[in-house]
Parts: sequence; C-alpha cells; structure tokens
Amino acid sequence: MTKLAQWLCGLALLGSAWAALALAPPGLQPPGPLRQALLPLPVYLLVAFGCYSLATVGYRLATFNDCEEAAAELQEQIRAARADLRRRGLRLGAE
Amino acid sequence: MAARGPGRVSVLLPTYNERDNLPLVVWLLARTFSDSGIDFEIIIIDDGSPDGTQEVAQQLEKIYGSDKILLRPRAKKLGLGTAYIHGMKYATGDFIVIMDADLSHHPKFIPEFIRKQKEGNFDIVSGTRYKGNGGVYGWDLKRKLISRGANFLTQVLLRPGASDLTGSFRLYRKEVLQKLMEKCVSKGYVFQMEMIVRARQLGFTVGEVPISFVDRVYGESKLGGNEIVSFLKGLLTLFATT
Ligand SMILES: Nc1nc2c(ncn2[C@@H]2O[C@H](COP(=O)(O)OP(=O)(O)OP(=O)(O)O)[C@@H](O)[C@H]2O)c(=O)[nH]1
Ligand SMILES: [Mg+2]
Repeated sequence: MTKLAQWLCGLALLGSAWAALALAPPGLQPPGPLRQALLPLPVYLLVAFGCYSLATVGYRLATFNDCEEAAAELQEQIRAARADLRRRGLRLGAE
Repeated sequence: MAARGPGRVSVLLPTYNERDNLPLVVWLLARTFSDSGIDFEIIIIDDGSPDGTQEVAQQLEKIYGSDKILLRPRAKKLGLGTAYIHGMKYATGDFIVIMDADLSHHPKFIPEFIRKQKEGNFDIVSGTRYKGNGGVYGWDLKRKLISRGANFLTQVLLRPGASDLTGSFRLYRKEVLQKLMEKCVSKGYVFQMEMIVRARQLGFTVGEVPISFVDRVYGESKLGGNEIVSFLKGLLTLFATT
C-alpha cells in the first residue's frame, strides 16, 4: 500500500467514525454535551496539528547546530593539506 | 594477487568543477583511512569539467598511486545519479561510500560510519544533519528554515525511518547499493530520498551517524534554480507511489 493510500484509509476510517457519531439519527445520538464536543472535533484536530507542526519546525530551527568548530577545524586542515600537497609536487591554484 | 581483506572501502567522488576542492578532500580521505588502518580506493568520476579538475585528478593519481586513486571520467556532464552508477562499476570494495567532493562532507566521519555498520550490521549507514551533534555551518536562517520545513514534511508524509533523507553522505554495502541503483529513477535531492525509501521497502536496515555539514568553501553549487519545486514534486511522487 502506498503512503497516499495509507493516509486515505486512515482519514476515511476516522472520518466515517466521526460522521457516524456526530450525524447519527436523533434516537442513536450520544448524549448532548458529548455531541457538542464531537461536532467541531475535526477542526480542533486540524488546528492542533498545525500548531504542532509550527512548534516542531520552530524548535528544530532554533536548535539547529551551528558547527563553528567543524568549520574552523576544516580551515586548519585545508592549510595543512595545501602545504603537504605542494611539498609532494602538486600544482595548486591561488589561495 | 592476495585475496582482499573484508574491510575495503570504495569512495565514489563525483566531480564537476571541483579543481580546488578535489585535492583537499582526497588528502583528507587518504589521511583518515591510513590513520584508522582501513583499506580504501577513491574513484573519481569527473564529467569533463572545464576548470581542469581532471588535470588535478591525474596529479593526485601520481602522488597516491593508481591503486588508490581511480580515474573514471566521462566526456560530458551527465548528472549525478548516472555518475554513481558509472563509478560503482569499477568499485572493488565490500562497502561503498558516497559523498560530495566539495568539502561539505568531512572524511573523518567515515570511520564512524564503519563502526556504526559493524555495531548493528547495517546495510546502510546514513550521515544525518538533524540528530545529535549533527548540524550545518554557513547556512542563513532562510536556508535552515527551508531545510527544517522540508525535512518535517518528508517525515510526516513518508515516515521513512531515517532522519536525513536529502543528505548524500552515506555508506552502503555494495550489493545493496547495486540493487538500489537499479530501482531508483529520480534525480537530484529526490534521488537520495528515494534510495532510503526503497531501501526500507526492500527490508534493508539503516543506521545513522550525526555529521556536521560545512557549506562549500570553494566553487559554486550545481543544484540551483527551482530546487524547491522539484523537491516537492519528487516528494509527492514518492508519497503517491511508494
Ligand atoms: N560527475 C558529476 N558530478 C557532479 C555533477 N553535478 C554535481 N556533481 C558533484 O556532486 C557533488 C554535489 O554537488 P553540489 O553542487 O555540491 O550540490 P549540493 O551539495 O547539493 O549543493 P551545495 O549545498 O550548494 O554544495 C559535488 O562533488 C559536485 O562536484 C554532474 O553532473 N556530474
Ligand atoms: Mg555540496
């Protein structure tokens, strides 16, 4: 099953469960307060997911490592490499 | 010739206009491998770079020997994906490392990849910028945001079981890479993503090692223009087809 199909299955399952409960004929409906909470549930879930996404991406953006030491170390090694390669007879371009 | 030991590593280095970077990355590779006692070969696939990369490569072949540096150039720029396929034909190692030649990927991580591979007997070990001590250097906020956003979207849609799908610094068991190359059809960043997704489908195991990615010092990037659009297209294609 493709990822798209998995998503569609999941959504269809949740969607039909929600529809069955929220839009059931009057006799079979869940008690009043529960029904009140049930009706806007899809919107709540959507908003919650949006918030989760924003928070996650924001947090990861803020904590994205800046590899200063790695860059400095590389510069150091580039100097050593250039010197050693020159000594071994490699013709290198200008710095 | 004596049978080759079990630990030989073949490094595939695709180059296009990397005259300044190539000698440095080869020097770092050679030093890393000899320091850690790993048998290696470096396969340089140059696509007819107009800047004289091949001439530099020939000088490196003289310095390090033609058993360590294998030049397997192609006449013109035919793209990264086919460069790997071309290089792999000549690889004699049990493991193949794929990395960029632009010094963004530091050879010092290769011994860590190998350690990781042994630890879990993994089929693939992937470098990751998004975990542990991994990270980037030289990216502005916008590029970081795009990278993080794209990664999040990929994780949600594909649930690939690996944290860095667009990175291209990885170690593969040779047979595994061969099989994956046959299956993967995408180009650019999406190719790297497809490799991991297909690997998961085929039941291969993936280990991860945090890496620091240092933006290229010399030369210019070859991927440009509508990178984001082609990334999204590729992501949706994988979403709908795998
Ligand atoms: N043989 C070959 N090598 C290529 C080709 N295109 C890119 N490369 C090499 O592939 C590696 C990655 O290319 P980059 O231009 O650095 O792409 P990138 O790493 O996604 O972009 P940056 O983050 O800007 O560095 C480098 O070693 C390039 O020289 C190609 O068409 N043929
Ligand atoms: Mg690069």
